Amino acid sequence: MNQPADEKNWVGKALPRKEENRLLRGRGRFSDDVKLRDMLYLRFVRSPYAHARIVSVDISAAEALPGVVCALTGAEVVAQTQPFIEIGPDPFAKIKDYPLAVSKVRYQGEPVAAVVAQSAALADDAAELVQIEYDALDPVIDAEDALLNKSVLHDEAGTNQVWNGVFEYGEVEKAFKEAAHIVSIDRMHFHRFSSTPLENNVVIGCWDPKDERIYYECNNSFPSFAIQFLAAHLQVHIDRIRVETSDIGGSFGIKITSYPQMAICALASKKAGGRPVKWVETRSEHITSSAHGNERTFRDTRIALDKNGVITAITSRHIDDCGAYPRYEPLGCVIWSQVFAGVYRFKNARIDFSQAVTNKCPVGPNRGYSRMQHLWFLERVVDICAHELGIPPDEMRLRNYIRPEEFPYTTPNGCVYDSGNYPKMLQLAKQRIGWDEWKKKQAAARKEGRLVGIGIGTTLDSGTNNFGQSQIVNPGLPYSGNSQGANCKLDIYGEVVVAVGSCPQGQGHETTAAQVVADVLNIHPDLVTVRTGFDTERNVHTGFSGTYASQFAVSGLSAVHGAAQKLKAEMKRLGAFVLQTKENDIEFGTGAQGPELRAKSTSKSINYWGLANLVNANSAALPEELYEVTLNCRYIWRAPFKVPDKQRKYGNLTLTYASQLHIAVVEVERDTFIPRILDYVAVDDCGTVINPPIVEGQVYGATAHGIGAALMENCVYDAVGNMLTSTFSDYTPITAMNMPKVKYDHIETPSPHSYSGAKGMGEGGAAPVHTISAALQDALFAEGVFIDDSFNNADSLFRALVAKEISQVGKLVKVEKR
Amino acid sequence: MPETIEKVSIQLKVNGKSHSVSVEPRTLLVELLREHLDLTGTHVGCDTTYCGACTVLMNGAAVKSCTMFAVQADGAEITTVEGLEKDGQLHPIQRAFGDAYGLQCGYCTPGFMLSAMQLLAHNQQPSDHDIRKAIAGNTCRCTGYQNIFKAIQLAAQNMKGAR
Ligand code: FES
Ligand code: FES
Repeated sequence: MNQPADEKNWVGKALPRKEENRLLRGRGRFSDDVKLRDMLYLRFVRSPYAHARIVSVDISAAEALPGVVCALTGAEVVAQTQPFIEIGPDPFAKIKDYPLAVSKVRYQGEPVAAVVAQSAALADDAAELVQIEYDALDPVIDAEDALLNKSVLHDEAGTNQVWNGVFEYGEVEKAFKEAAHIVSIDRMHFHRFSSTPLENNVVIGCWDPKDERIYYECNNSFPSFAIQFLAAHLQVHIDRIRVETSDIGGSFGIKITSYPQMAICALASKKAGGRPVKWVETRSEHITSSAHGNERTFRDTRIALDKNGVITAITSRHIDDCGAYPRYEPLGCVIWSQVFAGVYRFKNARIDFSQAVTNKCPVGPNRGYSRMQHLWFLERVVDICAHELGIPPDEMRLRNYIRPEEFPYTTPNGCVYDSGNYPKMLQLAKQRIGWDEWKKKQAAARKEGRLVGIGIGTTLDSGTNNFGQSQIVNPGLPYSGNSQGANCKLDIYGEVVVAVGSCPQGQGHETTAAQVVADVLNIHPDLVTVRTGFDTERNVHTGFSGTYASQFAVSGLSAVHGAAQKLKAEMKRLGAFVLQTKENDIEFGTGAQGPELRAKSTSKSINYWGLANLVNANSAALPEELYEVTLNCRYIWRAPFKVPDKQRKYGNLTLTYASQLHIAVVEVERDTFIPRILDYVAVDDCGTVINPPIVEGQVYGATAHGIGAALMENCVYDAVGNMLTSTFSDYTPITAMNMPKVKYDHIETPSPHSYSGAKGMGEGGAAPVHTISAALQDALFAEGVFIDDSFNNADSLFRALVAKEISQVGKLVKVEKR
Repeated sequence: MPETIEKVSIQLKVNGKSHSVSVEPRTLLVELLREHLDLTGTHVGCDTTYCGACTVLMNGAAVKSCTMFAVQADGAEITTVEGLEKDGQLHPIQRAFGDAYGLQCGYCTPGFMLSAMQLLAHNQQPSDHDIRKAIAGNTCRCTGYQNIFKAIQLAAQNMKGAR
C-alpha cells in the first residue's frame, strides 16, 4: 500500500502554492465577484422572535416598490416544494423543514420572506416594507429544559428530543465495583461558537423554466450533499442541477448547510422568469442564522479509577443542543464516537447521548465537529481526576494514554486508530515550551499571589469518515463507506490536467494534487494543471465529494494518485507501441521537447504532445487494439470500510487519526480577571506530511480558532432567545492583538491506512479549547475553582473566583476513596 | 424613503486611473469599487467595521472602504490590491505574503497587504508589536496570523534591501 521510494520527489516538499498567483493579485473568483447577465438581488426578511406563531405576512407594499421583481413567502414555498429530507428517524423524520418559515418561527433570524429586486440596495428597501405579524410563544433556550417538552417546537414530532441512544461497552458495573476511587462531576458544558469564515455565504441561483435546469454558482462546501437535499426538495432530477464552486473564503464546515438559501434562490429565479438571483449574506445574518457549532451539556459523570489513577470506567449523560432544525443532525449524535475513547486506554464506558431542539440557530458541522465536545469532556475528566487525586497532569496522562506499541489500536467501540505516539508528543511539547522552567516560574508566581496555570491538551483529529455510521442514528439510511473521485488526463496538446471533486477553501489542494501527480509521472509540478472546485457537469464527484472532515490528504489525494497511475499505465502502453519496445522499458522524464517517454537504453523518445496527438488528432495512425486508450482517466477511491454493527454501535468509523498535543501557560490577572496566554506550544502528528508549510498553516489556523473559542468567541442568547453576539464587534473573532505566538513542532507516525502514510488533518480537534481549560484549572484549583465550561472570560472567571457563583469544586465534584 | 434617489457625480483616481461616476449618496466606497468599477479584489467580511477585508489606501492612508461613502472619496486617490503590481511584477509585500505562506483562502489578504503597505511606508523596521497594531483592524480566520507576522517582517526586510 505504501508509495514506492522513487515516487517521492515532490511529495514532502515545501512547494509554493499554485493558488497564490491569482489570490495575491486580487484576481480570485469568489462567488460574490460573479455577475451574470440580468442578475437580480435577493434579501431575506427574518424573524425578530425566537419562537412565535406567524399571524400574517404581507408582501404587497414590497412588491409595489419600483425595481422590485417579486417576493416569496413560506406559503408559496410549501405549494411548490417538498419539505427537506430529514436524516434522523421518527418522530423527527416527520417534521416539516422549509427554507422559509411557514406557520411558526423557531429562532431569531429565521427567514420568513424573501424579496427580489434590480439592485441590492432596492432589495434592502423592499425588505423593510414587508409586514409580518407575530404571536410570541414561550421560547426554549436550554437543551435540558427542552427535553422536558413544556413547549414543543415541532408539533409533528410531538417532542423536542431529536435522538437518544446508549453507547455502552465493556464491563462498566464491575469496573465501578472494583474501583479504588470514584470521582463524580455534576455538570459540565461546552459552549456554542462558530468558526465564522471571513467570506459569508453567497448563492447565485438560476432556474431556467424553459429547459428545467438549475444552475448555481455558490460557496457551499459539500455540494454533493446539498444537491441531494435540493433535488428532493425542489422535485427535480439531480442531473438537472449544476453546482459550481470557485474560490471559497473559508468554510470550516459552516458552509455545508447553505442548501435552504440555495433552494430559495432557485425558486426566486423561477418566479422571476429564469433571471439569475444573487444572495449575499451579511455578517449579522451569518452569525444569527447560518450555523453554529454544537452545544453540549455533560451530566452526572462518574469516573472509576484504580489506585494508580488509571481510569477504568466512565459513565455520563450527554445532551446535545442542535438549535431549531436538525438539518445535518442527528449525525453529530454518532460522529463524536469516532473519538469515543480519545487518546486513552479505558475499556469500560456507558454514555447516554440525547439531542434536543431549542429556539436557537440550527447547528452545522464546525471545525472539529461533534468530536471536539467529547474530547474536551475527556480532557476535563482527566484533569479533574488528576487534581482530585493529586497526580500531576502530565503523569496522569502518561498512565492513561494508549501506548505507542499498541497501534493499530482498537477502541472499545471498534474504531481502529492507525498510528500515533502520544508520550513522544508530550515529551516534545514539554521540551519546546520549557516545562521545567515554567514549573519554577509558576511556583515563584504563586508565592507572589499570581494565578498562573500550565495545561496540557491531547487531541485526535479523526479523518475520512465511514458514512456507515449514519446508520447508527438511522438504520434506514443508504450511506456507507467513503469515496472520492479524480480525473487525470493528457489534453489535446499533451497538457497534464487533473480535476478533483473537492472544493478547497485555502487548504492548497491545487498544490498538493500537483505534487502527487508530478511524482507519478516524474515531471515538475508546474507542468500539472489542477482544477479544483466542484462542478456537477465536470463529472468527477462522487456522493461524498466536497471539502470537510479532514480527509483530502487521504481520500482526495488517493483518488488523484489512482487516476494518475491509470493515466501512466495508458501512456506506457501507447509509448511502447510508438517506440517499439516493451512497456517495462518505458521511462518517464523530461527532455528537450518537454515531458516525454523514453525507451530504455535507446535514444528514442516521444513527448506528451506526440502521445496526445495520436489519440486525439492523428487517430488513423492508431492501431485498433489501442482504441481503448483515451488518456482521460477517472478513478474512484474507496475507503476500505464495513457497515458498523448498528445494534452494538460498533465498528471502524474513520480511517486516520491525526493527533495534537498542546501546552498552554495562562495567567488570570488578579485585578481584572482577564485570562492571558503567556506561552503556547502546538505539536502535531498527521503522519507523512505532503507539504510542510501547508500543514503548519493549518495547525496555526485551527489553533487560532480554538484559542478564540476558549476565551473570546461565544454565541450568547438571553432568556427569551435574543442573540446578543450577532455582529463581529460583539462576537469578537480573535485578532492579531490577542493571538499569542505559537511554537510549532511535529512528529510523523505514518498511517498504514493511506497510500502515502498521510493522515487527514486541518480540524485540529479544537485542541486549544481543552488545553486552555486545563491551564485555567491548574491556575485556579487551589482557589476552589474547577473549569466546567469550555468558554472562560474575565466575567465568568470573576463569577467563579470572587462571587463564587459557579464552578465551585466543593459543590460540584465528589470523590469517593475506597 | 424618497421616490427617486438623486445621484451625485464624483471624480476619483483608482490605481492611477481617473474615473468620473455618478452614485447614490448611500453607495459605499466598497460598492463603488466592486460593483461599478469591477475591482472585486477588495472584499467585504462584516457589517461593523471589524474585519478589514475591505481595506484600501486613500491618499496613502489605509481606510475601511465599507465604512465610507463613495462621495467621501470625491477627488481622492485610491489604491486597491489590483494596483499593487507594477509592470507585471508583484509588489514586495505580495511576494512576501506568498513566500511566507501568509494566506490560505486569500479572502482577507488584500486588506492585510494594504494595511501592511501603510505600516511599511512609515516604519521600515517594525517590531512584532508594531505589526500587530498595524493589522489589529484586519481579521483572518484561516492563518492564525503567525505567517502574516512573518510575511510582513519579510516584506520589511526585502523593501529595506531594495531601498
Ligand atoms: S467589511 Fe469593512 S471592516 Fe469588515
Ligand atoms: S486567509 Fe482566509 S481569512 Fe485570511
